[in-house]
Amino acid sequence: MVSLEADALDPGALLANFCNGRSDVGAVVSFTGLTRAQTEGLAVSRLSLDAWPGYTEAVMAQVEAETRARFSVIDVLVAHRWGDLAVGEPIVFVAVAAEHRRAAFEAADFLMDQLKTRAPFWKKETGPDGQRWIEARPQDHADAARWTAGDTP
Amino acid sequence: MATVVMLGQLAELAGWRERRLEAVTLEALKALLSSEDPALGERLNGPGVITVVNRQMVRGDAELGPDDEVGFLPPVSGG
Repeated sequence: MVSLEADALDPGALLANFCNGRSDVGAVVSFTGLTRAQTEGLAVSRLSLDAWPGYTEAVMAQVEAETRARFSVIDVLVAHRWGDLAVGEPIVFVAVAAEHRRAAFEAADFLMDQLKTRAPFWKKETGPDGQRWIEARPQDHADAARWTAGDTP
Repeated sequence: MATVVMLGQLAELAGWRERRLEAVTLEALKALLSSEDPALGERLNGPGVITVVNRQMVRGDAELGPDDEVGFLPPVSGG
């Protein structure tokens, strides 16, 4: 399941709910992304995240479908914030449930790499040096490319 | 006539997020936007901007109808 959230994410509650009532799952891996107070040496006091409701969820759902097709997982959850965020707030939460841990770890890693480089979000940071729009870093693209390195073109 | 949506820094550059505009093709739409706002036009035709029509990524030109929705998306930065 994917969701685009205008209000604060509660990673603890999301994880507890995701784990609740499962008997077929041996492993749950979760990841929480937080907004940093600094990017590349520049201080950040606020972060504003634009999205395109409808399209943004469609791309997130596509990434979820690819994750389910590629790894032996039982369930996937992605919750992504948009709008104005303070420093230290959760910006993204993902959880993956699988029968065994390896698939859950790898699927969560894949999911985050794909979200960072493909999910339609646009980040603007505000700090004492002014405002600036952020793009996915070369490292983010290199991380995402790891998953296609062995695929046939 | 199509609905046109600017996302992220493109909305900031354009000074608007959504408008209804008269254009029968994507190329005609970009030409219209460029004539109104050359800086925006340059950015739309520059590297990294993705065009989405009715939630499908489009490369090259496409015909536009009155119910079509066009989005111009700058490079993303999620997570």
